[in-house]
Amino acid sequence: MSEHDEIDRVSGRSTTGHEWDGIKELNTPLPRWWVLTFYATIIWAIGYWVVYPAWPLVSGYTTGLFQYSTRASVVTDLADLEKLRGEKMAVLGNASLADIEKDPALLALARARGKTVFADNCAPCHGSGGAGAKGYPNLNDDDWLWGGSLDQIMQTIQFGARSGHAKTHEGQMLAFGRDGVLKKDEIVTVANYVRSLSGLSTAPKFDAAAGKKIFTENCTSCHGDNGKGNQEVGAPDLTDKIWLYGSDEDTLVETITNGRAGVMPAWVGRLDPVTVKALAVYVHSLGGGK
Amino acid sequence: MTSPSSVSKSISKSMTMGEAGLASGLAVFAFVSFLGAAMGHDAAFSFHASLACAASLISVIMIGNRYLDRPAELPPAEIGGRPNYNLGPIKFASAMAMFWGIAGFSVGLIIAMQLAWPALNFDLPWTTFGRLRPLHTSAVVFAFGGNVLIASSLYVVQKTCRTRLAGDLAPWFVVVGYNFFILIAGTGYLLGVTQSKEYAEPEWYADLWLTIVWVTYLLVFLMTLVKRKEPHIFVANWFYLAFIITIAVLHLGNNPALPVSFLGSKSYIAWGGVQDAMFQWWYGHNAVGFFLTAGFLAIMYYFIPKRAERPVYSYRLSIIHFWALIFLYIWAGPHHLHYTALPDWAQTLGMTFSIMLWMPSWGGMINGLMTLSGAWDKLRTDPVLRMMVVSVAFYGMATFEGPMMSIKVVNSLSHYTDWTIGHVHSGALGWVGFVSFGALYCLVPWLWNRQLYSLKLVNWHFWISTIGIVLYISAMWVSGILQGLMWRAYTSLGFLEYSFIESVEAMHPFYIIRAAGGALFLVGALIMAFNLWMTVNAGRASETEGAGALQPAE
Repeated sequence: MSEHDEIDRVSGRSTTGHEWDGIKELNTPLPRWWVLTFYATIIWAIGYWVVYPAWPLVSGYTTGLFQYSTRASVVTDLADLEKLRGEKMAVLGNASLADIEKDPALLALARARGKTVFADNCAPCHGSGGAGAKGYPNLNDDDWLWGGSLDQIMQTIQFGARSGHAKTHEGQMLAFGRDGVLKKDEIVTVANYVRSLSGLSTAPKFDAAAGKKIFTENCTSCHGDNGKGNQEVGAPDLTDKIWLYGSDEDTLVETITNGRAGVMPAWVGRLDPVTVKALAVYVHSLGGGK
Repeated sequence: MTSPSSVSKSISKSMTMGEAGLASGLAVFAFVSFLGAAMGHDAAFSFHASLACAASLISVIMIGNRYLDRPAELPPAEIGGRPNYNLGPIKFASAMAMFWGIAGFSVGLIIAMQLAWPALNFDLPWTTFGRLRPLHTSAVVFAFGGNVLIASSLYVVQKTCRTRLAGDLAPWFVVVGYNFFILIAGTGYLLGVTQSKEYAEPEWYADLWLTIVWVTYLLVFLMTLVKRKEPHIFVANWFYLAFIITIAVLHLGNNPALPVSFLGSKSYIAWGGVQDAMFQWWYGHNAVGFFLTAGFLAIMYYFIPKRAERPVYSYRLSIIHFWALIFLYIWAGPHHLHYTALPDWAQTLGMTFSIMLWMPSWGGMINGLMTLSGAWDKLRTDPVLRMMVVSVAFYGMATFEGPMMSIKVVNSLSHYTDWTIGHVHSGALGWVGFVSFGALYCLVPWLWNRQLYSLKLVNWHFWISTIGIVLYISAMWVSGILQGLMWRAYTSLGFLEYSFIESVEAMHPFYIIRAAGGALFLVGALIMAFNLWMTVNAGRASETEGAGALQPAE
C-alpha cells in the first residue's frame, strides 16, 4: 500500500493510494466534455421519448406527441408510391399492346416497369440480362420457341410452358431412346444428321442418307421437313445454330434419348394484368421481338 | 511407496473431495454418454456422446494420474510469504486461444472467399457458407476470445488479489470443459447441428454443458476475489465479474429449449415469434456488450497500465463509466430489430439507450489512451503496447459507429448491408483482436518466465494486420453503403432502379478486397503463433524480476 497522498510526478495528480500488482490509479476528475456530452445524450433521449412511442405501460405504451407508428408510415409511403405510379399505370392498363408500341412515353413506362419485374421474377432463370442459360432460352436473340410477337410473348408469360395451367403451351420432345422408338446407333446417326442441318461437322463414318431417313420418319412431324421447327408445338428450329441444351453429339444423343420438357411457370394471377403487359413489352424490346 | 519420514510426519496421502467427486462424477457421465452414443437417434448426437464418453474417461485417468504423481499435500497458497500463483490452467487456455484464433481466422478467410467465388462452397454440405459461417463466428468470438478472457481473467484476478486461484481441480475443469464445449459446438456446426440462433447456435446439450462450466468459472473467480489479500477490488476485476455474470444470465435467458428427444440433437426454443427475436437480440447485442466489450475492457485495464508502467488515468471515470456501461448496454438490443414487427416503443428504447451508451463506452477509451500520458514515447519502441493502444483507438471508433448506426434513419440505410459486417469487424479485428494479441504477447512470456522471442516479428504482425483491417473495413463501408443506396434507389417513374442481383454483382470487387484484408490478418496471426511458439520453446529465460517474476505453479 502506498501513502494516500502520493503524487504522480508526470501528471501532478494524486493517486487513490491503492496499488495492485504495481498498478496505481490517478484521482483525475471526470473530463468536462465527457460529462457534458453524456448529459446531452440523456437529454436528447428524454426528448425523443416525449416525441415518439417509448415506454411500455400496464396496457399499451406512451404514444408520443404525434402518435407515430412505423406501420402507419409504411402505409403512407406505399400510398405515395401508388399515387406516383397509379395514374400512369392506369393509362398503361387501358392501352393495347399495339398502342404502347406506337407511343414513346407509354413504351418507356412499360419498359421501366417491365425491367424491374423481370429482375425480380424472370432473371433467376433467364439471367439478369435475359441471355438465358442451358435449358433456359435466350430472350435477346430472334429465335423464339413459342413465337416472338408481342401477343405471343404475352401469351407465354401469362400461361407458361408445360406449367399445368389450362391454357399453357403444350408439346414436348419425346424420349426416342428411353421409349424404345430408336436404337442407340440410330440416335447417334440422327444426332449427326441434326448437326449437319446447321452446317456443323459430323462423325467420320456418318451415313447422311440413313440420318435423313430416320429424321424424316421420326422428327419432321414437329420440326418440319427441313428442320425449321414449329412454334405451334414449341419445336425449335434446328438449322439456326441456336441451341437450348447444346449442339455437341453427346448432348444431342441425350436429348433424343430422354427427351426434353423444360417448364416455364404461368404468371397470370401472380402478376397483375398491367404488369404482365409491361413485362411482355420489355421482353419484346430486349432485341429479338418480332 | 510411503517413505518412513513422511509416515513420521503422519501425513497420509488421500484423495481430496474434489478429486474423488469429479472423478466419480465423470465416470458416471462417461457411462451415460456411452448409453447416449449407443441409443442416439441421429448420427451427430451419437458422435457427440462418443466424444463426451471418451473425454470423460480420459479426464478420469488424468485425475487419477495427477493424484498418484502429486505430493501428499496440495500446492500451498503461499511459498516464502509470496503467493503461489496457479498458472497451469492459464497456460492451457492461452495456448488454446492461439490455436482457435488461427482456426477461426482461417475459416473466416474461406467464407470471405466463398462470397467472392461461390464455387469454393465445393457443393459439399459440410463446407457450405451456412455451416462455416457460425463456425467462424463461434471460433473467433467464443473459442479465441473466450480463451483469452478466461486465461487473462484467471491471471489478473490472482495478481491483483495477491492470492492463489480458488479451487484445485476447478480451474482445470473450467478451461478444459470450456474447450470441450467449443469442440462440441464446432463439430456440430459442420454436421448441421444448430438451433439457428445467431451466436447461440449450439444445441441443448452443449448449452447445458456450458452452463455447468460457466457457473464453475464464476465460482472460481468469485472465491478468488473473496480470499483476496488487497483491501479493494481492482477495476479490471469489476469488468471481468460483470462479463461472467451477465453472460450466464444471457445464456440462460436466450437458450431455454425443449429437446425433441433426450437422445437426439434437435430442440425447439421456448420463445416464439417477436418475443424470440427480442430475446435473441437482447442476447446477441449483450454478447457484444459484455463478452466483447466489458471482458476486453478488463484486459485493457490491467495490461495497458502494466505494460506502459503508468497509473490508470482516472479512478473516478472508471467507476462512472463502468456502472453507466453495464446499466445502459443491457437495453440496447432492440436496435437490431428496427423496422420489424417489434413494437415501436421497444425500437425507440433500443435506439435511445444506444445513443446514451456512447459516452460510457468512450470512458473506457479515454482511460485506456490517457493512461499513456507520460509514456507515449514507448509506442515507438514497444510494438506490443502500440498494438494495445491502436486497439483502444479502434474501440473508440467502433463505439461511435455503433450508436450512430442504431439511429433509425441511419439504420434504414445500413441494416442488412455489409456496413454491419464492416462495423463488427472494426470492433472484432481492431479492438478485440489487437487487445487480445497485446495481452497474449505480455502473458505468454510472463507465464513461461521467458523473454519474448522477437519484438521485430511483433512489429511485422502489427503492420500486416493493421493494413489487413483497413482493407477489410473500408471495403465493407463502401460496399455496404453502395448496397444500401442501390436497394433504395427509385427511378423517376416510381420503380426500383436496381434488382437485387445487380447489387450482388456490384459487391464482387469489395468481396475480393475484404478477403485480401482477411488474408493479411491471418498472416499476422501466423507470425504471432510462430513468435509465441519460439518464446516458449526456444526463448531465453526472463532476466528481470519484473512483471513476470512468478513462483512456479506446481
